[in-house]
Amino acid sequence: MQSSAAQPSASTELGELTVSVWRGAADGRLESFRVPHRTSQTVLDVVTWIQRHLDPTLTYRFACRVGMCGSCAMMVNGAPRWTCRTHVSRVAKDGHLELRPLRNLPVVKDLAADMTEFFDKWRDAYGRFSPTPTADGDFHRVDPESAERKAASAGIECIGCAVCYAACDVVSWNPDYLGPAALNRAWTLINDVRDADRSGHLAAVADDAGCHACHSQGSCTKHCPNGLNPSMAITGLKKSVLGALLRGDL
Amino acid sequence: MSTLSRVAASRNHPAYWAFLVHRLSGLGLALFLPLHLLVLGLAVERASLDGFLSWTDRPLVKLAETGLVVLLAVHLTGGLRVLALEFLPWSDAQKTRIAIAFGVALAVGLLFLLLAV
Amino acid sequence: MTAASYDTGAAKAGGRRGRRLELRLFAAQRISAMIMAPLVLIHLVTILVAVRGGLSADEILARTEGSVLWGGFYGLFVVAAAVHAAIGLRGIVREWTPWHGRGLDVAALGFAALVLILGFRAVAAVV
Repeated sequence: MQSSAAQPSASTELGELTVSVWRGAADGRLESFRVPHRTSQTVLDVVTWIQRHLDPTLTYRFACRVGMCGSCAMMVNGAPRWTCRTHVSRVAKDGHLELRPLRNLPVVKDLAADMTEFFDKWRDAYGRFSPTPTADGDFHRVDPESAERKAASAGIECIGCAVCYAACDVVSWNPDYLGPAALNRAWTLINDVRDADRSGHLAAVADDAGCHACHSQGSCTKHCPNGLNPSMAITGLKKSVLGALLRGDL
Repeated sequence: MSTLSRVAASRNHPAYWAFLVHRLSGLGLALFLPLHLLVLGLAVERASLDGFLSWTDRPLVKLAETGLVVLLAVHLTGGLRVLALEFLPWSDAQKTRIAIAFGVALAVGLLFLLLAV
Repeated sequence: MTAASYDTGAAKAGGRRGRRLELRLFAAQRISAMIMAPLVLIHLVTILVAVRGGLSADEILARTEGSVLWGGFYGLFVVAAAVHAAIGLRGIVREWTPWHGRGLDVAALGFAALVLILGFRAVAAVV
């Protein structure tokens, strides 16, 4: 064990953590590290400490460290979490942490998951704003108190961390399923009065692995670090899609 | 970390239990359904149906029947919950609804046990 | 499916029709559930009333024989249950086993047919 002199002196030693960390790709294994436990220490701090003091080859992903960029999510003791805002004291069990790459995504190496299919599904769910074709019309007047705007606003703070995607069993059981984040995004666009292609958005989420594949298990909502409710968004989509189907609009 | 605690880590919450109970009760009912209908088909001959029904008087069979009644009741109440979730405006009272669904189904099962013995 | 293909109305209208089997099964599952909810409620009450003092063939048949109402009740019940159970089982098999595709769809249809046949045989026996 190396000295912890590199750490700020203000932090207090609380003993030692044993940290099992996934190493390698899909056929990798857990490797154990001993890390000093400090007050206000986040799981990301632990990973960074391991990389700086014990093993510089440890691969993981982070950028902002303040819960905005959505890049540092991983499985912490079995549950998906944003590690930069997760305090060790809240999640360690008897001084133990088990860190793995996000579930439901291929592993690149160690704690870095390949996010490609996660973001491909945002595209497949038509999670892209479709502007109204003409520029000469008047501005859209958006009443912030309207039901539609409230529904859209409830879902727009997604940081794309894929915690919900990793929490979702339907994704594991049906790898084509678009997943909570992409569907939540589609729901915000369907409720955006400025979007010009509502029926296009509905058509995209009505496909075979679309919103109706969801079983309302609620793990997405339970784990969303930003307190969003993809489960609610998906029930909204189910209703809108069925309505469109019954009206013959699909 | 044990496999069980890893599996439970992201799933141990009411909405997931509700899903699991609904799926397993549905599976049980779907497998029981053909047998149930097969036995009712015996009613063309009263004696053979009565022969079967006297078999169901055994305590252990009564207990199994109670299990079936609970499966049916919990699939009904859980199903009504799903329909409310998917077709009515969103409610933040999901946990309460799940508790009511489980509670009513359990009460129906106890009532059956009370009346059957 | 690429994002670009959503840009034209033609892409939306053509080529995507007939691909929404899962959505249609979802709708059939919910509609059969809505039909069955009151039927199951009546079924449960009937069970609770009938089980007092034990079941007998005479007791069951006295209620159902010659009754158009009970015949219609159980006939509708059989149809809705056949649809609902077959779709439910298909979903479970698709998600919990590696079995997918056309073979499974045929097996689910077979299960629905089995329930229909056994069900109508049972209805014919008690009415």
